[in-house]
Amino acid sequence: MSGGTQKFIAEPERYEFSASPIHQFELARRDFFKILGAGIAVFAIAKDAVASQETAPGHRSFHMEDLPKDINAWLHVGEDGTVTGFTGKAEIGQNIRTSLAQTIADELRVPFESVRMLTADTALTPFDMGTFGSRTTPTISPQLRRVSAAARDILVAAAAKEWSVPPEGLVAADAKVTDPASGRSLKYAELARGKTLAQNLPAEDPMTPASQWTIAGRAIPKVDDRAFVTGKHQYTPDLRPDGMLHGKVLRPPSFGATLTSFDDSSAKAMTGVVVVRDGDFVGVAALSAHEAQRALDAIHTQWKEVPQISSKEIFSYLKQNATAKSDDRNRGQKGSVEEGLASAAHRLDATYNVAYIAHAPLEPRAAVAQWTEGKLTVWTGTQRPFANRDELAAVFHVPESSVRVIVPDTGSAYGGKHTSDAAIEAARLARAAGRPVKVVWTREEEFTWAYFRPAGVIEVKSGISGDGRLTAWEFHNYHSGSSGIETPYVVANQRTEYHAVPLILRSGSYRGLAATANHFARETHMDALAGVTKMDPLDFRMKNLANPRMRAVLEAAAKSFGWPRKKTQVGQGFGVACGDEKGSYVATCAEIAVDKKSGAVRVVRLVEAFECGAIVNPDGLRNQVVGAMIQGLGGALFEAIEFENGRITNPQFASYRVPRFRDVPEIEAILMDRKDLPSAGAGETPIMTVAPAIGNAIFDASGVRLNNLPMVPNGLRSA
Amino acid sequence: MAIEIEVNGKRYPVRYPPNAPLLYVLRDELLLSGTKYGCGEGQCGACTVLIAGAPRRSCQIPVRAAAGKPVTTIEGLEKDGRLHPVQQAFLDAGAFQCAYCTSGMIMSSVGLLQTNANPSQAEVVQYLQGNVCRCGTHPRIVEAVCQAAKMLQGHGR
Repeated sequence: MSGGTQKFIAEPERYEFSASPIHQFELARRDFFKILGAGIAVFAIAKDAVASQETAPGHRSFHMEDLPKDINAWLHVGEDGTVTGFTGKAEIGQNIRTSLAQTIADELRVPFESVRMLTADTALTPFDMGTFGSRTTPTISPQLRRVSAAARDILVAAAAKEWSVPPEGLVAADAKVTDPASGRSLKYAELARGKTLAQNLPAEDPMTPASQWTIAGRAIPKVDDRAFVTGKHQYTPDLRPDGMLHGKVLRPPSFGATLTSFDDSSAKAMTGVVVVRDGDFVGVAALSAHEAQRALDAIHTQWKEVPQISSKEIFSYLKQNATAKSDDRNRGQKGSVEEGLASAAHRLDATYNVAYIAHAPLEPRAAVAQWTEGKLTVWTGTQRPFANRDELAAVFHVPESSVRVIVPDTGSAYGGKHTSDAAIEAARLARAAGRPVKVVWTREEEFTWAYFRPAGVIEVKSGISGDGRLTAWEFHNYHSGSSGIETPYVVANQRTEYHAVPLILRSGSYRGLAATANHFARETHMDALAGVTKMDPLDFRMKNLANPRMRAVLEAAAKSFGWPRKKTQVGQGFGVACGDEKGSYVATCAEIAVDKKSGAVRVVRLVEAFECGAIVNPDGLRNQVVGAMIQGLGGALFEAIEFENGRITNPQFASYRVPRFRDVPEIEAILMDRKDLPSAGAGETPIMTVAPAIGNAIFDASGVRLNNLPMVPNGLRSA
Repeated sequence: MAIEIEVNGKRYPVRYPPNAPLLYVLRDELLLSGTKYGCGEGQCGACTVLIAGAPRRSCQIPVRAAAGKPVTTIEGLEKDGRLHPVQQAFLDAGAFQCAYCTSGMIMSSVGLLQTNANPSQAEVVQYLQGNVCRCGTHPRIVEAVCQAAKMLQGHGR
């Protein structure tokens, strides 16, 4: 166990964790009908679909070779007509349980209610790298659509055989196959009866175009919504297998501290208490959380601490500790920046800083672990069940086939639930106790021992011509990451580079990740350049943009916002920003009000236009877009993790401010449905342009240019 | 002496010590897991229950302080298979994403509507300031509470 809880490997792109795919297709297929009963099953091969769905060139966030090349979606039509879609993706509040079922129902031609999704269970669902990177809708949705189309063909063929007619004239609709010539029909349930037919997906099978969707594209309410308003849905912290104990972990006083002395004599004397010490891991399990806490308090430990840097010095540290040469895959160059700068009428250079922030999902990291005859089952709220399985297998030295990870629909994640920390802790305690153990992190543990969206420093050098066209663009990101680093603006001479820095705080994935930082810097800088040329910020952007999808979202947001607007009040300001990432496009207009006396900044109104291709569920999408706007407001204005000498100094909701009801402005989300384009993911992109739009509005109101996120944790003092 | 508490109209003896937070008694002893742990510091509202009709953060209330007073949790709102109008309004508005905050949001809102039958939007916003929704569903939650107020008045309750 030594080092187990500290297990963390940073990787390039680099905060999106990846794992090598280890498939169990043969095993799963053999068990398939045993688990689900007879019927018809179709399996999808991922490879070609991935290729066709890869995001536009220049977006390097994902790489073919990193993706699983095997089965990634299954579908089963049961003898009772129940349709089950299988995916390794997890439902974490983003509403895929609903949107994926819609896709299946749509393509298979069955009522929405007859489809259920089996998600994120390493024993029952296909391998999946993880629920991150806005990949579920662009990759899994088409796969499920393809297996649904194939299953429909199989059912039609079965009916044709039954009636001894050619399949071409038969119609599949409403969960049955009909022969219009004779008026005969057979229900899918009847056709599936007595069969155990498994088939791999045919290579080419046409899918229903978005313009002809009937169930997809509709605002269908969240599946199981009633369970959520009645408190009946069981999140991981609500589970309780028979004989379960409650576990707690003794945390070191600071990051990287090592245990030097340990006395558990009084804790051990308590009834029903199990104490585990394994290397620097110290944990207890007891009959109640209350008793576990008492036992933990009774353990005496001493730790050797190591000096560490603080949030006050982080930005200069990042700059100084960048690795000399960045990885080629994180560097882009076109033309000559030097020539572009030399020919510019105006030059503008600036530095932008972005603080560490926390995900703070309301359901803390939690896991329930149970060992049965050397096999481990873990229920945990994670975005990466298969990677968690592999990590658990490695930590406990058991084969991966001996570990099963099941993800109950989870109380949000935002990129924060990739690691298996709580699962490892619960499993270690459960092994010692010989009983199931549940570990639910406290809020303070969440804020301290999870991981953060990395801090970063961004340096921009730029030049523009006299008529307001970009002539040179040089962009360096230190530490925070490379997503969204490339400029969407037309500029002949450009250089972008991501500079890795060894981790200071444990850092990982986050909704929008570095794209938020990179868009903040770029769109703030573009605004400042507009100011240099005395152009309207919207006109300046339009002049330098060619991409029609980007122009369209900008136009839509500006139109609804009423851009350009005349100021009618003191302290009023308007700002705009746009961006694209992972195949979707966003533009935000913000109105803010600065109270000149107190310096308080209030966001009055946000209008955001978002385009992600064909919309699968407009209601779920609207929820997600508005949610991203509100979450983005926190990182824009006041969210920041503060730390000193290996300790987080604001590890509570009382001191780490998240957006609350009073912070929420009037919000308008414009969803642009492009039925002619493949559906892209929507979890991340809508968060990116909130901060720069607000910052640009603050500048418009006050003349103060804010280059650091968060912008106004203590109000606008210098206004 | 053992404490007894009344939750959703039923009386339960409590084995946990009198200073144990009500939240843990509800979740771990009474197995009413609809009430959620979110922060343990009274800052997020996920653990909100009604004590004698008033919304309280159950993570901050020692169980002894709830003795002798009727406690209502999210599980106690549904009557004869019919959702409380606030629950129904949350459903109708789709006022949740991950829904982990929903129990607390609904309980706080029920508390508000008991003292202010017809709140303005601003009053709803003010009242729910202590409840965190990290997914950013705030506008729909406000809409749901205002809708629930109308439903309650329509029912003459």
